[in-house]
Amino acid sequence: MDDSHRKVADGAQIGQAIERVEDFRMLRGEGSYLDDLNRPDMLHACVVRSTVAHGLIKHIDSSQALALPGVHAVFTAIDIGLPVPRIPMRLDVLESLRRFEQPVIAEDRVRYVGEPLALVIADSPALAEDGADRVLVEITPLPVVTQPVVTNPGTDSAGLPAPSLLFEGTDSNNPLTLSAIKGDAGSVFASAPYLRRERLAVQRHAAMPMESRGLLAVWSGTADETRLTVLGACKVPHANRRVLAAQMGIAVDSIDMEESDVGGGFGARGEFYPEDFLIPFAARALGRPVKWVEDRREHLLATNHARDAWCDLEVACTREGQILALRGQAHTNLGAYIRTNGVTPSRNIAQVGVGPYRIEHVQIDVSVHLSNKTPSGTYRGPGRFETDFFRERLFDIVADDLGLDRVEFRRRNLVRSTDMPWALPVVMPWGGGSECDSGNYASTLDRALLEFDWTAKSAINGRAIEGRWHGIAIGCYIEGGASGPREGARLVLQSDGRIAVYTGSSSIGQGLETVFTQIAADAMGVPAQAIAGIHHGSTRFVKEGFGAYSSRSTVMGGSAIVGTANELKQKIRAAAAGLLHCPPDEVTLLGTRAENRSGQSVSLAQIALLGPLEAEGSFSSNLRTYSYGAHACHVAVDPGTGGVEVIDYVAVEDVGRIINPLTLHGQATGAIVQGLGGAFMEHLIHDEEGQLLTASLADYLLPTATDFPSIRVFALEEYPSPNNPLGAKGAGEGGIIPVGGVIANAVAAALKPLGVQITELPLSPSRLWDIIAAAARE
Amino acid sequence: MQVQFTVNGRRVEVGTEARRTLADCLRHDLALTGTHVGCEHGVCGACTVIVDGAAVRSCLMLAVQAAGCTVVTVEGLSPPAGLSPLQAAFRQHHALQCGFCTPGMLTTAHALLTDEPHASEARIREVLSGNLCRCTGYIPIVQAVIAARDACQRTAGHEPSPGQGPVHG
Repeated sequence: MDDSHRKVADGAQIGQAIERVEDFRMLRGEGSYLDDLNRPDMLHACVVRSTVAHGLIKHIDSSQALALPGVHAVFTAIDIGLPVPRIPMRLDVLESLRRFEQPVIAEDRVRYVGEPLALVIADSPALAEDGADRVLVEITPLPVVTQPVVTNPGTDSAGLPAPSLLFEGTDSNNPLTLSAIKGDAGSVFASAPYLRRERLAVQRHAAMPMESRGLLAVWSGTADETRLTVLGACKVPHANRRVLAAQMGIAVDSIDMEESDVGGGFGARGEFYPEDFLIPFAARALGRPVKWVEDRREHLLATNHARDAWCDLEVACTREGQILALRGQAHTNLGAYIRTNGVTPSRNIAQVGVGPYRIEHVQIDVSVHLSNKTPSGTYRGPGRFETDFFRERLFDIVADDLGLDRVEFRRRNLVRSTDMPWALPVVMPWGGGSECDSGNYASTLDRALLEFDWTAKSAINGRAIEGRWHGIAIGCYIEGGASGPREGARLVLQSDGRIAVYTGSSSIGQGLETVFTQIAADAMGVPAQAIAGIHHGSTRFVKEGFGAYSSRSTVMGGSAIVGTANELKQKIRAAAAGLLHCPPDEVTLLGTRAENRSGQSVSLAQIALLGPLEAEGSFSSNLRTYSYGAHACHVAVDPGTGGVEVIDYVAVEDVGRIINPLTLHGQATGAIVQGLGGAFMEHLIHDEEGQLLTASLADYLLPTATDFPSIRVFALEEYPSPNNPLGAKGAGEGGIIPVGGVIANAVAAALKPLGVQITELPLSPSRLWDIIAAAARE
Repeated sequence: MQVQFTVNGRRVEVGTEARRTLADCLRHDLALTGTHVGCEHGVCGACTVIVDGAAVRSCLMLAVQAAGCTVVTVEGLSPPAGLSPLQAAFRQHHALQCGFCTPGMLTTAHALLTDEPHASEARIREVLSGNLCRCTGYIPIVQAVIAARDACQRTAGHEPSPGQGPVHG
């Protein structure tokens, strides 16, 4: 094991399976989620949403709603003032995409079912809904576009009749084609001994946190000096505060965003949505607090969708299985607008298409398409889930075609530890690259084979036993984490001698308070009880914060705590020196005491009596961390029903440094089950009119306790990241990334004797049954 | 409408609209916000409470239908301080992350173990399959309920009680 990168040594806390500090309140029913919060004199909001996927707004009549007792106001775009604010991209910003950003409320045109048309404010949520039912909306329908139209083998939808174009003054619904480039794929393909191309597709599905979105906006202060408090903020409160301040025309520091308990995020929750403007706007207009809680149907229509991509992916290799180049043309259906996440999933499809493989020549182009579906954004493993399915499925097809062992095919092409740092393709038009930081990718592959018992299970691969076809598969992946640029932390020595931690990171249910308690305790060299709480996710806590996305909190927020703890310890030594009558550099901190060379000591509580001590700092890095690993699975397919049982699922990951094995395994297992949902059942289906046919949890199927009971997770910490003082790597998404590919390959291996080819997710029973039946007819 | 029932051992009388669900009544009229509302159409199970001993979706039941009933929510399963054996097992097995589905999981598991103290793993899994969790992948939740079942069975001499019994107000 390489310990050179662990600048913070193992203490009493880091590495331990500490039970979570969050659990007491959550288990006792004392958590504080958004809809648990109330304010005196509070009003309630309901959003009137478009029932038409594409059309021109002729008329909105609010009079009947306003006549209803208990309804206080109805706001439309006209009330807000034309043009209404747009919601800006936060990630991978491109000026050319600005015109496709979403207005906070529809002005003259609707582009998806669920787009906000009006906001009704009433005394209760039920009255607001009654009012919403009485808002009459007339919309002249336009032709609905639900799928990208690819008119030439290239990339665009040019040539569509104007009414089918979502935005006036454009000539296509394909505003961007981006490319990931390394080496010269074109030349290699021209002379390669073996080529293979497949079209592979991943369906639209979504993050689906159990708590839907919600907001409570409260204005206070005087007319000259108002303050806005937004409860229900999460994920990126600091960035959202800047957006809201600009939209509201008020100073950034006159807004406080406050995070409460958050019932899951997975990428979707906490982004800036139309309601994030509308609710504070209504609260200001009416001079009273306004609360809005999204219901599940709204959530399915309004909160970011994800995935929805296909790719013509092609590999060039030798007949012995050395990969020479990879190229592809992918298409992503982003829905009606470019939302806050920009085109991040599309970008990842391009860049991470190579995965953990040593491929010198790459060109993957991704055409981004708009359509009359709900806009999409990042969902755990954005683009990575899709692109890993494309690549790993193609690799099994190639290995089979060449008569090569699919494990050896992968092993011989993995990036080696001596290749580190290994450069990923550069994505245009942004430019700039990213490098895999450390690791031995073959090591996790071997461990997965061992834990899975691959050799023994190979004996039943492709065989029918008691009427079910058995198949096994294995796949490798990398997980980019710890996105930059910075994260902030502030540590305060309290008067009781304990240390309070304030962080720019956000808690979306991932156990942040526990993990940060462990990091802070070891960084300060004190027991966990001496950490007086982890205060997260609110803009009041630190000068600059970034939040929880891209598996960054442990690395970025944790490293900020480490650096700031060192500053605080310096200040404590300096203060203690006065009490101990010695120079600061002769003061040693031993747990909660400071001692001089003669053995005299004072407690942190005594030092705190001298006056408040605190340190604020940040950790800066634009070098990403790359966790990596391998997943293997064993499935049995019932050809009579198309049903698949996942008999065994093994995941091995190297995350650099394990802070808490409990929460780490929780991240992995939960993510794997989400991935299995995406591989087998979760599907947001629209009809040709753009109506969502799966707009309830009875229709949009999530995994349940009986579906996937056999999952085994193994975490390693053999290769710490060189890019942060903890040696940790982001590890919140690795669980989901390889699942689609591994499952599809296992099902394909099981059904190979039936002549079945798998190229599309989800592998629902009905689809598999159809595929098996079609193969039987041929 | 006025409706009377017992919640967590306490008699309550609530003035509520006929259309108000039991979930909304518990949360907003009685400030028992431990009961969560995740879907409002009876699928997710976050709002599960125990009504006259049976696990019930409080989003599918009107408050007025609870008249005369005995209702137990997650708050009623909690001891005055600390955690019940079932809650402690959830913590030990890391059976919760965001905590939003947790109250429904606890009430469902409590009702099951009260009715069927020797429930098999398969039975536990089957019953829990009526509740959705998006964070944990369910495996640690099932492990926690099994551990709580076993802990109760080790308490010799009296009827297993996965939570705190009798429920307190």
